[in-house]
Amino acid sequence: MWTWFYKLASPPYVYGIAAAFVPWLLSAAALALCYGLVAGLAIAPPDYQQGDAFRMIYVHVPSALLSLTIYTVMAAASAVALIWRIKVGHAVAAASAPIGASFTLAALVTGSLWGRPMWGTYWAWDPRLTSELILLFLYVGVMSLRSAFEDPARGDRAAALLAVVGVVNVPIVHFSVVWWNSLHQGATVVKLGAPSMPGSMLWPLLAMWLGFMLFYGAVLCMRLQGELLNRERQALWVREAIKS
Amino acid sequence: MTVGAWEAFVLIVRRELVLSFRRPEQLLQPLVFFLIVTTLFPLGLSLQLSLLRDISPGVLWTAALLSSLLSLDGLFKSDADDGTLEQLSLSGQSLTLIVVAKTCAHWLVSGAALVVVSPIVATALGIPVAAFATMMLSLALGTLTLSWLGAIGAGLTIGLRRGNVLLSLIVLPLATPLLIFGAAATERAISGSSAVGAMYFLASVCVFTCTLAPLAATAALRITLE
Repeated sequence: MWTWFYKLASPPYVYGIAAAFVPWLLSAAALALCYGLVAGLAIAPPDYQQGDAFRMIYVHVPSALLSLTIYTVMAAASAVALIWRIKVGHAVAAASAPIGASFTLAALVTGSLWGRPMWGTYWAWDPRLTSELILLFLYVGVMSLRSAFEDPARGDRAAALLAVVGVVNVPIVHFSVVWWNSLHQGATVVKLGAPSMPGSMLWPLLAMWLGFMLFYGAVLCMRLQGELLNRERQALWVREAIKS
Repeated sequence: MTVGAWEAFVLIVRRELVLSFRRPEQLLQPLVFFLIVTTLFPLGLSLQLSLLRDISPGVLWTAALLSSLLSLDGLFKSDADDGTLEQLSLSGQSLTLIVVAKTCAHWLVSGAALVVVSPIVATALGIPVAAFATMMLSLALGTLTLSWLGAIGAGLTIGLRRGNVLLSLIVLPLATPLLIFGAAATERAISGSSAVGAMYFLASVCVFTCTLAPLAATAALRITLE
């Protein structure tokens, strides 16, 4: 029953899976993003207060959600790698970090572009914004710690530990709008009870979120292949994989 | 000869304290840095004392964080360089105990010293005497938490050549909640309202890090020492 789990510790097996998943994930992501973009940017009605500017959420909200999801994935992969000494976990964490940092940056930039017309300022020292910024710093810290060591194995484990420690920030970001009186709007979609948003606006958003997730999966698989090839460059299976 | 855990703890703390007092410049430099940084703000902003009072909590806390960071670099480094840390870890005592002892000693010579000096800086920044107790207690909780966070960071960056910069990059993001709530508590105390909420938060974060950070710092040392 656990053999599939053990197999995930084997680099050639994971390399094969990643290679097989990429086209599927990419095409599914393209479908979801096409529907989400057309329905979100053209079909969904404008907001009664914000007009067309609210359409920023179709990029902003999925990016922000992904920034947290990817950090959690990275921390979980790091914990697996530390506890069971599974090298593939380090590869997954290393492949995820730059993607997560990019989504965090995207969430911050789109949010501040939306904030200028809506809040009258690009940036406010608000709990949600500040904790998201800290998340970006954590990503940068994890990435630079990994590359700071001359011995890559040691860098991997140090970065993994930092990723696990930094996970305390994830609930802070998520609940910042609940715990503090924040300028940022409260939970609209991810909460208990019905989302406070009509279906014509909600479905494109969910599609965009799904598309972003699939896109992350696809990019992760591609980057993971690169990471595994680089890490296992002495191994025999790499020579065969490159030849074929 | 076997030494009990508590005895070993006391021995390590005493050794650290003796070492710091033998090299008083190491003890004093962060404190002087703290004084100088807080002096720079009024000079750069050329504010009246009343305006200065508004920004003083932020100035005080930023300077405290930065000066604690200065001394963190030496927390494990010199002992790791000359092999003392390796010998300690081979001594049969748990590495966690050693980390706890070293971090406590580090807090005594950096954080506690900073708390003692803080009334001078606070007076210069125009903070009323009535707010001193809250300010000092919040600084004590904050610097203790920072010492624990710093132990993780210092453990992770021991063997690195440019570890100092990386240490700040790792520790400062994690320390921002301290800055926010510490400054909030001080601000409340200055304006005369109740600072209990922020103090409770600082205390809970302190307990949280005191419980979990020793384990994380030990794991960090195991990674970088082996």
